[in-house]
Amino acid sequence: MSGQIGVSAERVGGLARVTGAYQYVGDIRLADVLHVKLVTLPCAHALIRSVDTSAAERVPGVQLVMTAANLPQPVPRFGPQIQDRPVLAVDETKYHGEPVAAVAADTEDAAEEGARLVRIDYLELPAVLSLAAALAPGAPLVQDPLLRPGDPRAETNVLREHPVSWGDVAGAVSDLVVEGTYTFPMVTHFAIEPHGFMAAPDGDGILIWSSIQHPYWLQKIIAEILDLPLAKVRVLAPDPGGAFGGKQHTKFEPLVALIALRAGRPARLILTLEETFQAVRRMSAEVRVRTGFLSDGTITFREVEANYLLGAYADIADRAASKGSHISCGPYRVPAARIMGRSILSHTPPATAFRGFGAPQPNWAVESNMDDAARILGLDPVELRLRNLARRGETFIPGDTPVDGDWEQTIRRAAELIGWGTPLPAGRGRGVALGIKSGPTTGLSYSTVRLLADASVILYAGTSDMGQGSRTLFAQIAAEELGVPIGRITVVMGDTAVVPYDQQTSASRSTVLMGNAVLQACREIQAKVRAMAARLHGISETAILVEPGILRLPAGPISITEILKPGLGSLGGEVIGNGESRKEAEPGHPLSGSAAFYEFNCTAVEAEVDEDTGNIVIVRHVTVSDVGKAINPLQVRGQDEGAAIQGLGHTLMEHYIFDESGRIRNLGAIDYRIPTSMDLPVELQSDIIENADGPGPYGAKGMSEGALLCTAPAVAAAVRDATGVVIRDLPLTPERVWKALSERPQAIAAAREAAQRRARG
Amino acid sequence: MTVGAGALRVELTVNGRPRVLQASPHQSLLSLLRDDLGLTGTKACCLVGECGACTVSLNGRIVDSCLILAVEADGAELTTIEGLAGDGPLTSLQRAFLEKGAAQCGYCTPGQVMAARDLLGRIPHPTEAEVHEGMGGNLCRCGCYYQITDAVLGAAAAAD
Repeated sequence: MSGQIGVSAERVGGLARVTGAYQYVGDIRLADVLHVKLVTLPCAHALIRSVDTSAAERVPGVQLVMTAANLPQPVPRFGPQIQDRPVLAVDETKYHGEPVAAVAADTEDAAEEGARLVRIDYLELPAVLSLAAALAPGAPLVQDPLLRPGDPRAETNVLREHPVSWGDVAGAVSDLVVEGTYTFPMVTHFAIEPHGFMAAPDGDGILIWSSIQHPYWLQKIIAEILDLPLAKVRVLAPDPGGAFGGKQHTKFEPLVALIALRAGRPARLILTLEETFQAVRRMSAEVRVRTGFLSDGTITFREVEANYLLGAYADIADRAASKGSHISCGPYRVPAARIMGRSILSHTPPATAFRGFGAPQPNWAVESNMDDAARILGLDPVELRLRNLARRGETFIPGDTPVDGDWEQTIRRAAELIGWGTPLPAGRGRGVALGIKSGPTTGLSYSTVRLLADASVILYAGTSDMGQGSRTLFAQIAAEELGVPIGRITVVMGDTAVVPYDQQTSASRSTVLMGNAVLQACREIQAKVRAMAARLHGISETAILVEPGILRLPAGPISITEILKPGLGSLGGEVIGNGESRKEAEPGHPLSGSAAFYEFNCTAVEAEVDEDTGNIVIVRHVTVSDVGKAINPLQVRGQDEGAAIQGLGHTLMEHYIFDESGRIRNLGAIDYRIPTSMDLPVELQSDIIENADGPGPYGAKGMSEGALLCTAPAVAAAVRDATGVVIRDLPLTPERVWKALSERPQAIAAAREAAQRRARG
Repeated sequence: MTVGAGALRVELTVNGRPRVLQASPHQSLLSLLRDDLGLTGTKACCLVGECGACTVSLNGRIVDSCLILAVEADGAELTTIEGLAGDGPLTSLQRAFLEKGAAQCGYCTPGQVMAARDLLGRIPHPTEAEVHEGMGGNLCRCGCYYQITDAVLGAAAAAD
């Protein structure tokens, strides 16, 4: 069935979503289930003196109150990078929301009542809530130095440093050096499906349900904690209801598993939205950029110092800091660079992966620095970028993948679509920014495809379809290669007992890595069917050409599905294909591997600023991504626009506000605003560049993050163009913009004049 | 939800079917639908009436079912996402959501569809701005607002 690629096939699984039939974790009902409620303290950092569970245990329906004391000893710790997170707080809490105890009861009401009655005697301790506080001499240490034996930084809150450098920065000769320090706010994923976890004893093993992106990684952690073979840990991972990186890693599954085993009953913990705010968030950051230029705009050197604020546990955030800082010089020819990325611990909710994975923070700084430079040099911001842009095949980070696209096309398309250089109405401005992010650096995905006797297909892929549409893409690949209509294909995901291993769903990898595994599995089926045809027709296999969905025999073409029935013979059966897609680690590489591909985006914005209120109206927002090949253009557009709109969140409105005890003051949907349909650009245009030059099937690249990387610098540049004010802190709230407007020299002069008039008057 | 002492009798019609239930005085309509009737198409998220995931139609008007007590719905006619197509074909609105790519992760979709149905009931041919305003109470973190708008406008046009 050729013609399945590059068409917007209807979403596989879409029907169950528009009818409400799809069962996310929280929709699954287990008989005899215990409801779990977490018990937390009203502050971030506290010494736990004692926990009295007696009153809670007397609540009718309460079956079990779990504390650190009745967990296995020492209390198991886990984490994707460092095994630092305990199942429940041990001796002290390190962030507001860290559970000290968990109450399991027959009803939600009883669990809540029990949770209220757990008495914790605690002493609030000083908390470090900001980069400045974490780095101050004598700052309280977030992490026990014993967790990091032999680490020279163990006595500080700096978890790790990630220096990268090349060329001779000190010797660079420049006409101009432009520098600035930029801050990026702490924001949360706010998936509309709150995180859900369930567990049930299962014979000599355990069943886990989780809204997780990486079920196989979870399986490994549960197996380690429970000392079970992998084969005895079955993770069921229904499609997450939005994840954005926040559902990559294990959170409360170990706790729920231990409760289920202790109680001998299924247990269920569905977080509230407020609890998800305390469970996942993006790293805030302060990024200092210093760039040298010749007067014609050529970059001579760049220094980036990116301090990322992690939470109390590392999760995967240090990896995000290393990956984001590694590419922080941008897609440019930078002859000399000195980069320092630091991950810094604090008494705040653990930061984790979030769309962009450490790249949006330095991207905000470096692209704003480019805008500053263009203004000071008197050069056009688009021209300045083109002048320095690395071209296809060029190595722009020593030791890493060379430029894998015609990025100039992307920039020129965005400039054309926004009408760059054309006259603007008064009060409006335009801004442009580039975004770049490394794709996955290692990968391993297996897929099995079964072509059944009636020419229908079951396809197994361990990817999590969290909205990016992987089920549809994989079905399209199988439909194309095997000549089977999509409606006859079932895509099975989310069950570690059934579906072969996949390393993870992250870094926009699945179309490329799992897509290649699916393609390979289909090609194996094609080869087997070709052997059948050769046998049936008494000809050599080499006389048969395979094309998508068909075999070309000397006598003429025949479809794969037609040859199947006679090929299988009287016993019937099926044809099974297996695919394996690997990206091996590269020893010595600072990220343990070079980028499988780059996500590259150019965003251009036209904005108007209300001088009286500071409110920004985005009149036009253009995003162009280099996607290699859009296997499903409608889904590509959905991902690209979604990334752009999510980017508008941290650009315009989103940020955590802490009180002095480390509590999030704007905890929950009322006080923490994300973009709604009322906050959209008046016009948003998403376009793509397709050169079929990616490593995925049909030349595809990953593409779900690019449009978020450079939203903020493009909007800020448009605000600067419209008003003359340069703002280096996000989000660009009306208050912040209004304040900047009122501090412009002409505004101050006008205010002074008015005051003098009043004084004279 | 297991009902304890003090439970109150609630009679209501859900998707055309009369139901008699016992509800706790503090139980939300959302919980009654999901936990007692097994109608999990109505989703839970913020529980404070800000996200719209739990949108249902109550006596012909949409409400956030997290903000309504189950007992307040006594005597009411309710329509949930499950009641739109029932066992029959999709409604044109659901069809439009599918065709326009308006469901990504899909978790907010039932609430979006219920809100859009209400909007088109009040304004059969809305402008784009009216759709954005009418759907302003339904969050979509995947950010497919433009596709949702396309779906609503498409369904309105198809109704001609």
